[in-house]
Formats: sequence, structure tokens, C-alpha cells
Amino acid sequence: MSTILEMRDITKTFPGVLALSHVSMKVEEGEIHGICGENGAGKSTLMKVLSGVYPHGSYDGEIEFEGNIVKFNSLNDSERAGVVIIHQELALIPRLSVAENIFLGNERRNAVGLIDWNRVNHDATELMKQVGLHENPTTPINQLGVGKQQLIEIAKALSKEVKLLILDEPTAALNDTDSAHLLDLLRSLKARGITCIMISHKLNEIEAIADTTTVIRDGKTIEHLDMSDPSVDQDRIIRGMVGRDLEHRYPEHTPNIGEELFRVEDWTVYHPTQQDRIVVDNASFFVRAGEVVGLAGLMGAGRTELAMSVFGRAYGRAHSGRIFKRGQELRLHSVSDAIANGIAYVTEDRKRFGLNLIEDVRRNVSGAALGKMTKRGFVNGNEEIKVAEEYRKSMNIKTSSVMKVVGQLSGGNQQKVVLSKWIYTDADVMILDEPTRGIDVGAKYEIYTIVNRLAAEGKAVIIISSELPELLGTCDRIYTIAFGRVTGVLDVADATQESLMKLMTQERTSARSGAGEKE
Amino acid sequence: MSDNANPNGTATTDVFASPLADPGAHESMGSRFVGNLRQSGIVLAFVAIVALFAILTHGDLLQANNITNLVLQYTYILVLAIGMVIVIIGGHIDLSVGAVVALTGGLSAVLVIKDGHPWWVGVLAAIGVGLLVGAWQGFWVAFVGIPAFITTLAGMLLFRGLAWAVLHNLSLSGFPKEYQSIGNGFFNGVMGGNGYDSFTLLVFGLALGGYAYGAYRARRARVAYHQPVLSLPLFALKILAVSAVVMWFAWQLAHARGLPYVLIILGSFVMIYTVVTTRTVFGRHVYAIGGNLAAATLSGVKVKWVNFGIMLNMGFLSGVAGVLFTSRLNSAQPNAGTGFELDAIAACFIGGAAVTGGVGRVTGAIVGGLVMAVLSNGMLLLGYGQGTQQIVKGLVLIVAVAFDVLNKRRAGAH
Repeated sequence: MSTILEMRDITKTFPGVLALSHVSMKVEEGEIHGICGENGAGKSTLMKVLSGVYPHGSYDGEIEFEGNIVKFNSLNDSERAGVVIIHQELALIPRLSVAENIFLGNERRNAVGLIDWNRVNHDATELMKQVGLHENPTTPINQLGVGKQQLIEIAKALSKEVKLLILDEPTAALNDTDSAHLLDLLRSLKARGITCIMISHKLNEIEAIADTTTVIRDGKTIEHLDMSDPSVDQDRIIRGMVGRDLEHRYPEHTPNIGEELFRVEDWTVYHPTQQDRIVVDNASFFVRAGEVVGLAGLMGAGRTELAMSVFGRAYGRAHSGRIFKRGQELRLHSVSDAIANGIAYVTEDRKRFGLNLIEDVRRNVSGAALGKMTKRGFVNGNEEIKVAEEYRKSMNIKTSSVMKVVGQLSGGNQQKVVLSKWIYTDADVMILDEPTRGIDVGAKYEIYTIVNRLAAEGKAVIIISSELPELLGTCDRIYTIAFGRVTGVLDVADATQESLMKLMTQERTSARSGAGEKE
Repeated sequence: MSDNANPNGTATTDVFASPLADPGAHESMGSRFVGNLRQSGIVLAFVAIVALFAILTHGDLLQANNITNLVLQYTYILVLAIGMVIVIIGGHIDLSVGAVVALTGGLSAVLVIKDGHPWWVGVLAAIGVGLLVGAWQGFWVAFVGIPAFITTLAGMLLFRGLAWAVLHNLSLSGFPKEYQSIGNGFFNGVMGGNGYDSFTLLVFGLALGGYAYGAYRARRARVAYHQPVLSLPLFALKILAVSAVVMWFAWQLAHARGLPYVLIILGSFVMIYTVVTTRTVFGRHVYAIGGNLAAATLSGVKVKWVNFGIMLNMGFLSGVAGVLFTSRLNSAQPNAGTGFELDAIAACFIGGAAVTGGVGRVTGAIVGGLVMAVLSNGMLLLGYGQGTQQIVKGLVLIVAVAFDVLNKRRAGAH
């Protein structure tokens, strides 16, 4: 094996910020090279330097690719050399066909310069075969699932005769089956001699697939780990990432559970546009004060739909069923009704549904409870700053000022802003949908601590998550959801990943163990 | 304004007892300037343009009579720009305002000139119809969900057509004196004067006093809330500089024709709408909707009603502009106001509003409008025709927005 890529002493500064400081890394030909680091550690910046997004000259240090010093000035330069980057947010055009997407910017042309559609579609079929897909090349890309779209991205990279493939969080949006499939594909690419760099927060995947792992922290290379060494495991990587031992990934939590606070009975919701499609089917569950309850389900099981429809009918139509708080039936017809009744829903997609990214921390924090700082119709701007400052401290939001635009914060800090916003509404029923998606290990721990604090204050907390260890580590009780139905409920002491997964994949439940159960 | 709402104000003030020694003061001025580069930039550009034309026209631009004319001529565009910036912040656009100006002004003319109703019937009718128009468009935009671009494109045709119908394809002129004076009248000699109108100076003086007092209270409140503020000398300097410019402007008006009524109207609107956009829940919800519609919806913002309010308000201000315009021209024409919507939209974008919504300011739109006004007026004084004026205005618009886009790209590159 020879070295395909060596980055030496890369230093990149932004006005006032040192993003990368003398980072060096070496990638061997034909290996899968993992890059781990907390959000904001500089992983993406490093990859942007490598792929020419930040042109040569805007950083210090040198890059050697296949034995030559390279000076990429744009993505086109690096792609021509065989370096292809696939970003976390897929760059596919929804309504264009699979083949059109694969060859976008790289169209197959005939002698007169017109697109040769037969060749395009034929080549696309061939490329799809290489990634294990058998789709019609003329299918619009938005008719494929996210997992398949991710594979199309790889096919697109293959069409560019890729030598070094960079994947930024490739499995973030994928379910377990699709993730496993993707990892298999990476192994087969490796067998073909394609080198991969993979950035991931899912350390189990890194552990499973990477040959070498580079750990980056605060813009510096911390270490290179040889993954064949049996002493290198996830905890070892975490130690490098956070620079400290995370004794436990989940903070200690002593439940102090009180009376029933929130109950949903026989909740049924139809799909907003498809006539007869039932998305949530007769779901019932309850949460007690001070209790953390998990909703476990695979993607598409209807977890988010259940939560959002309960939250003032923010999803779906033809809702039926009953919602109770402290034994009183609530009639929630709008989001503002839900907020007024002390219910908060922290969305799974903070960028699209949770935050106003072009607005500052202050105004995002006050966004859902502006009325609290309003007198005679006027918002008290000073009070608003004060509140934001309080949350900055109590939630440990890392920002130079509360006047900083939220879009510039890291994922973990954005999540803390969203949580602050909902805690400020004084809600006592908090529904947290994937509260730790896409955020790093250190910030996750902080989020779990906040969850515990909310429970200790006597609030009812509902956590929706696809990461079973997370639910097992934070919840007191876990409901499983499959195909829109509640298929079971387990006390955390009795639950294992296996038992939950079994309930989560159960198509029909004979005994509705979850529904109506009450102590 | 609401500094007295802080219960522990006394306890916290001590920390900042000596604002002069506040190390954050200088930084804050710098960072604030950078943070509002776009907003500050347009003010600087405005000053530069004024200076340029003052030199080129050998001072004619700044002559008392010319300044008065400038105010009289552009108020209705500025009034429209105030409504438009709110529409744009909310993520919409309104193409119909020119047609609505024609319709509301036309109706007013028919009632007052043709039917002989008193002047105020015309005013109320114009504003009432403006509100109806706003409610109509608000209904389609907010409750049916038709994009404002389409709704108001339809409105542009519809209300222009109605304007022709109301006026029976004719222009009407000859408003009574009271009506004419709305757009052309002055406060002059209310308190006597010696070649200048002391009342004008008094009004401006009082306004400045109010401004300085308000700024001082706001500063004190910020100190009480531990917020960075300008150091006292800088703060005083800023107030003095603003006062000097404003009093000079007042002086020019005072020794020309006095204080135009329209300036009082415009000034009140600017103040009211600045407060509405920055301090009220409605205003803040407009920014939230424009910034991220989905997030606003999930935060309990009553999006439909806010959108309805935005369009309703635009209709109201279009009605006001209809009155001002007919009053200024002393006539109503079915094709009046053609292109006003574009002037108003341009003013907003020059003044820092974002095409994607969520960003913009009332004062920015006013300065943007003034930039266009000074450009037109200055070039007119220099003898350039309509063609050149339009070319320059077009270039200014594209450069201003390009500046915005590049600035954002640089900020987003991180």
C-alpha cells in the first residue's frame, strides 16, 4: 500500500477564528479512513480545504495527492483529479431523473454536443448496478427513499472516476438497514481499490468499517488510531474526541415519578393528502410528572407524526382521540392552543422547523413565548436580552453573544437554543424529537443532563429517538411504535435493544400491551 | 422605554457605574457597525450621494426650496415603501400598489370633485377602499394560500381596471383647497417669524429633544440589563451629530416655505411603523414568518392572520398614498401611480431588505427611497433626462443587492 493523500500542516483561519491549526493526516491507498471529532472540531473545514471549496492560497500548508503537490482552486479541480466529496445534505435535484442526476454537470454528449440520452440511461444503469441498485434510470429521484438516494450519490461519484471518495455523515439520515447496506457498499468499493474518507458521528460504524481513524479536536489533529488494534474501541475514540473520559455516556438519573400528567387515548390521524392512509392508528400512551418516556420506532413508523399531531394538530387531518392533562381533557386545535396548555414539541429537524437561522440567539429563544415579555402589545427588548443571557448561561450555549445569528452556531449549540426556546414557554409536557441528532458526544451528554433536569423539575418528558442505546440510557419507560400503532411498553429495567427492536418491527400486535395500561 | 420594568435595576447598575470605563464599549461599536454593515453602508452611501450631487450642482441640491420640493415629491413613494418593506420582510411582494393608488385616488376624486362631498369624505373613502383592497388580497394570500406575487399581479390588473371604471376613463382635477393642502400645504407663520418660521424649528427641536431623551433612557435601560453601550462621550457625540444634521434640515425648511404637512404625516408613519416592526408582537412575527415559515408555524405564530395583517396594512398605506398623490397633483388619473410598486420595492432592497424575507427595516426602506429621490432630483438639476435617471437607478439597485449577496456569501463561507 502506498500513501494516496497526505495533508501537511494545514492551517486555515477565518476572520477572528483559527479553524484549523497545523492539521496533518495521511491516507493510505485503498483504505477506509475515518475522521471523528465533535461538531465544530474542523472536520468539514478540513474536507473543504481538501476538495478545493476553499481554494489554494486561502489556507497554509500543502496537500500531496498521488505523490504530487496539488493546488485545487475549485471543486471541479479536485474532481478532475479524482477526489469527490458527498455532503451530508444530498445534492440531488428532486424532479430530475436518476440518470440526469448522476450525470448532472458531467453530461454524456454526442458528436454535435447534444445529450445522448440512450448512452446516459445505459451508463446510469451500469453505475447503479455497481452500487447494488436496479432502478429505472428515468425514475424521478424523489420517488426513491433517502437510502437509495445516498447510493445514487455514490454512483454519481463513480461516474467521475473517483479515486478518493469523501463521505460526510453518509448515514445520518439512514435507518439501520440502509446504513448497513451503505457500509457493505463501501467495503466493496474498497475491494475495488477506491479509497474512502468517512466522517461520522456514529462511532459504531467507524469501528466496524474504518482501517485508520484520525481524531480532530479544536482544529488540531489529536491522534491517528489503527483500528486493527483490539484496544481501540468506541470509548477510546470518544476519549480522543472530547479530551476527557466520558465515564458514562448518559448522566446518572434518579427518577422521582409523580402523578399522571399527560395522557393520549385512541389517537388516530390520517395522512394530510392521501385519502385513506392512516398514519397514526389508535395510539394511546401516558406520561407521569418527573418521568422520561421514550417513543421507539423505526423511521416511518409514525413517531413524529404522532407527536406533531398531538401538538395542536400540526400534522395530518381527521384527527380523532382524546388528550388529557392532569385528568382534564384538552381540546387543542392549533399550535398556540398546545403551547398555551403547556405542551412543547422540539422538532427533529431544527434547521427547517426549529429555528429562524437568519435571526439571532436572543430572538430565537423568545420566539415561542413572546407574550411573556410583552406588555400592552410591546415587546420588552431588554428583558428579551436578559432572558437570552440567562439561557446562555444555564444551558451552556457556546456563543460569543446572544446577538449572534443562530445559523453560525454548531449543531449542539443550535439544539440548546431550540430547547431554551421551549423551556421558556414554561411547558410541563416536553416532547423531544430526536434531540441529539447530528450533534457530538459532548453536547449529547449536556442534552441528557438537561433532560434529567427537566424531569427533576417535575415535567413530563417524551423522547423520540431511533438510537436505542440513547432511549435505554435516558428513559424510565419506553413505548414502541410500528406502522402507526403502539406495539408495546417496557420499563427500562426490562428493556433491551433486542426486545425493543422486536416490538418495533412487529406488524400486528395481538395484545395492545401499551394501550390503557395504568398503575 | 420600559427600563422601569426591571425590578433589580438598582442592584445591577453599580457594575456599570462608570460606563466610561466599560472596556466593551469600543468593541461593541465596532462589532455593531460590522453587524449592520449593510444598514450602515446604505446610510454612508446616502451621505456620499448627497455630497456628490451637492458638489456637482454647486449647492443647488441643498437649497431650501429644492429640499422642500424633494419632500413634497417623494412622500407617497416613501409611505408605500414603509408598507412594502413589511410585505417583503414577511417573504411576500406586492405588485398592485400603483394600481391601488390610482383606484383609491380616483374614487376620492369622484366623491369630492364630481359628487361635491366634503374633502374628508374623499380621504376616508380612499383609506377605506385601501383597507378593502388589502383585505381582499390578504384573504387570497393568507387563507387560500395563493403566492402574493400572483395575487397582487392579478390585483394590479383588477384595481387598474377598476380605476379606469371609477373615473370613466377620464382624469378629474380641481380638488377643494383643503384637500390640495394635504399634499402641498405648510405650517408657516403659526408663531410668526423673521424670514424664517420659528414653529418649524420648534417642532424639530421638540422632536430632537424627544429623540435624545428616548435614546438616553434606552441607554440607561441597556446598562441596567448589562448590555454593552456606547461610551458616554461617543453617545453624546452621536446625538449631537444627528441633531446638527436635523436642525440644519429644519432651518432649510424654515426659511423656505415652512413645515410641510406631508412631512408630519411621513414622520409619524416612520415612528409608528418602526415601533410596530421592532417592538410589537405582530412585527416580530412578521420577521419570524419571513425567516422560517415552518419554524414560525410550529412556534405557535398565527401565520394566516399575520399574513392577512401584512396585506391589510399595505392596502391601508396604498390608500393613504392615493390621497397624498391626488392631493399633490390636484388631479386623479386612471393611469396614475404606474410603476410606483417598483419604486417602493427598489427602495426596500436598496435599504437592506432581503429578497428571501426575514430581513429589513422601515428606516432602511426610507433611506433607500431617499437615495432614489436624491438621485432623480440631483440628475434632474444637472439636466439629465428620464433615460439616464433610470439607468443610474437600475445600476444602484443591482449594486446594492450585489453588495448584500456578496456580504452574505462571505459571512456564510465560514
